[in-house]
Amino acid sequence: MTNGTLRRRAAAAALIVLFFAAWEVACLMFGVSDLILPRPSQVFATLWTRMPVLWPHVVQTLSTTMVGFVLGVLLGVLLGALIGSSRIAYDTAYPLLIGFSSIPKVAVVPIFVLWFGSGTVPAVLTSLAICFFPIVVNIATGLATTEPELEDVLKALGATKFDILWNVGLPRTMPFFFASLKVAISYAFVGTVLSETVASNRGIGNVMITASSNFNTPLVFAGLFILAALGIALYAMFSLIEMRVTGWANRKADLIAT
Amino acid sequence: MSTALARDAAVLDGARVPATGMPNGMLPEQTAVELSDVSVTFGKGVHSVPALQPTKLRVPDGDFIALVGPSGCGKSTILKLVAGLIAPTSGVVLVGGREVSAKALRVGMAFQNPTLLPWLTIEKNVMLPLKIVEPFRAQFRSQRNNSFRDKVHALLAQVGLSGFANHFPWQLSGGMLQRANLCRALIHEPRLLLLDEPFGALDQFTREELWVVLQDLWQVRRPTVLLVTHDLKEAGFLANRICVMSARPGRILADRDVTFKRPRTIANTFEPAFVTLNQELREMIVAARAPAPTGSMGGR
Ligand SMILES: Nc1ncnc2c1ncn2[C@@H]1O[C@H](COP(=O)(O)OP(=O)(O)OP(=O)(O)O)[C@@H](O)[C@H]1O
Ligand SMILES: [Mg+2]
Repeated sequence: MTNGTLRRRAAAAALIVLFFAAWEVACLMFGVSDLILPRPSQVFATLWTRMPVLWPHVVQTLSTTMVGFVLGVLLGVLLGALIGSSRIAYDTAYPLLIGFSSIPKVAVVPIFVLWFGSGTVPAVLTSLAICFFPIVVNIATGLATTEPELEDVLKALGATKFDILWNVGLPRTMPFFFASLKVAISYAFVGTVLSETVASNRGIGNVMITASSNFNTPLVFAGLFILAALGIALYAMFSLIEMRVTGWANRKADLIAT
Repeated sequence: MSTALARDAAVLDGARVPATGMPNGMLPEQTAVELSDVSVTFGKGVHSVPALQPTKLRVPDGDFIALVGPSGCGKSTILKLVAGLIAPTSGVVLVGGREVSAKALRVGMAFQNPTLLPWLTIEKNVMLPLKIVEPFRAQFRSQRNNSFRDKVHALLAQVGLSGFANHFPWQLSGGMLQRANLCRALIHEPRLLLLDEPFGALDQFTREELWVVLQDLWQVRRPTVLLVTHDLKEAGFLANRICVMSARPGRILADRDVTFKRPRTIANTFEPAFVTLNQELREMIVAARAPAPTGSMGGR
């Protein structure tokens, strides 16, 4: 690790600490009631004391999100590959997809509940429905914009369509794919929590809605913190994988750092 | 325009005995590539660009042909036709006796702009054909590819790129990329080599070194070679036959046999006969750069 990246990380950490400190100080200075906005120290205290109770909900939300996300990725990659590798499919399916993606996803939760009852299933479906679109678009774009010159290299060797997809199309699409994964994982969380707040008796979303109706504001914020932490952790995980897999596409940072 | 017999005699003149038992000379009239009245027009309607006038070209197996001509005259187009990357607007392209399909003959192609895959190291890039083309493909799966790696490294060393096997394409200079690009065209020992200005980005000395490498390789393995070049000295040094093309839409104006003994040396290129050939070719191309006599859309 070089000096530059270390300094950047230190700066990022400092900013986070500063943010919480300012929040804490502002609450104390203006005497904000913890019913309105609890201090971070109160939120962390709540987190610590209530963790045993919160933990199953964390697991519930996380697993629901992951299932929805994985299904969304599978569906997204399949659809994206289909749309991206054929001009006709690209032209015909795109309007439908855009239409689908512009539906506010809150609107689909009641439909899923209607079909599957409340609980885990609509949560999985909602997170799937929200997160698969960016993946489709990115895979399709990556494949459709692959330079014909690169494909020609394999065509001249007599490669099959599958060879070309495997050796050129997919690797070339990887940077697009990972960019979309990072967006999709955040979306998947939104979907799960959305569905949990509306129609479930488990999960962080449900905890927050219950706590809010009991005016337990610190617990609501504790839920928010957990979601933020999970989001950051998963984002970081995919960034790490991304750097290993698609380092070739991100060499700018490299040049600056050295 | 030229007789196959005279050509074969020229080829065998001073040549080493081919190491691999090629059907060469023994079976007369083995044709590797044949273009019969092939023309190419890009695009449709008002935006159409005629790139190639109906062209005839027969390339016997194991021959070495250089294509020269003014820029934009359709030289790369001919190579892409033979590789099966574009379809002719009219006429037929036969490769290995069959209507063109890349599988008919083992083809190795070096594109004009080095097209190395940016996500693979130089080693993996050069190895790519072994992963695709039979019979290497089967071996690639079964045995872990240590012997293939040695093969790649040996080839890279020949073009002066040892030590760069694990670099990525963007870490190489233009000339180095072009050399790696050439390696990728050669690695699978193709029977048909399509080289599109493979030495264009190199300095004179590296270029001459690689001419010798390519000549040696051709004499040993005897692939059929179609070489596009702007360097007349290069054409004279390497080829058995030089085809001079007219300005766009291209057609073959002249088809010259080059009968200098092999192996040729760089010193040969300063001999009077060689210089005379160069001058003749030069005059033809200078004349060809003017609008083609029969092509109505040749000029502006
Ligand atoms: N994909 C394409 N679409 C439209 N026109 C093309 C295409 N490829 C080539 N052309 C046209 O065909 C003509 C011949 O192109 P080609 O690449 O074969 O030339 P070239 O002889 O290889 O030239 P150079 O020596 O500059 O490489 C050019 O005038 C070009 O405008
Ligand atoms: Mg060209």
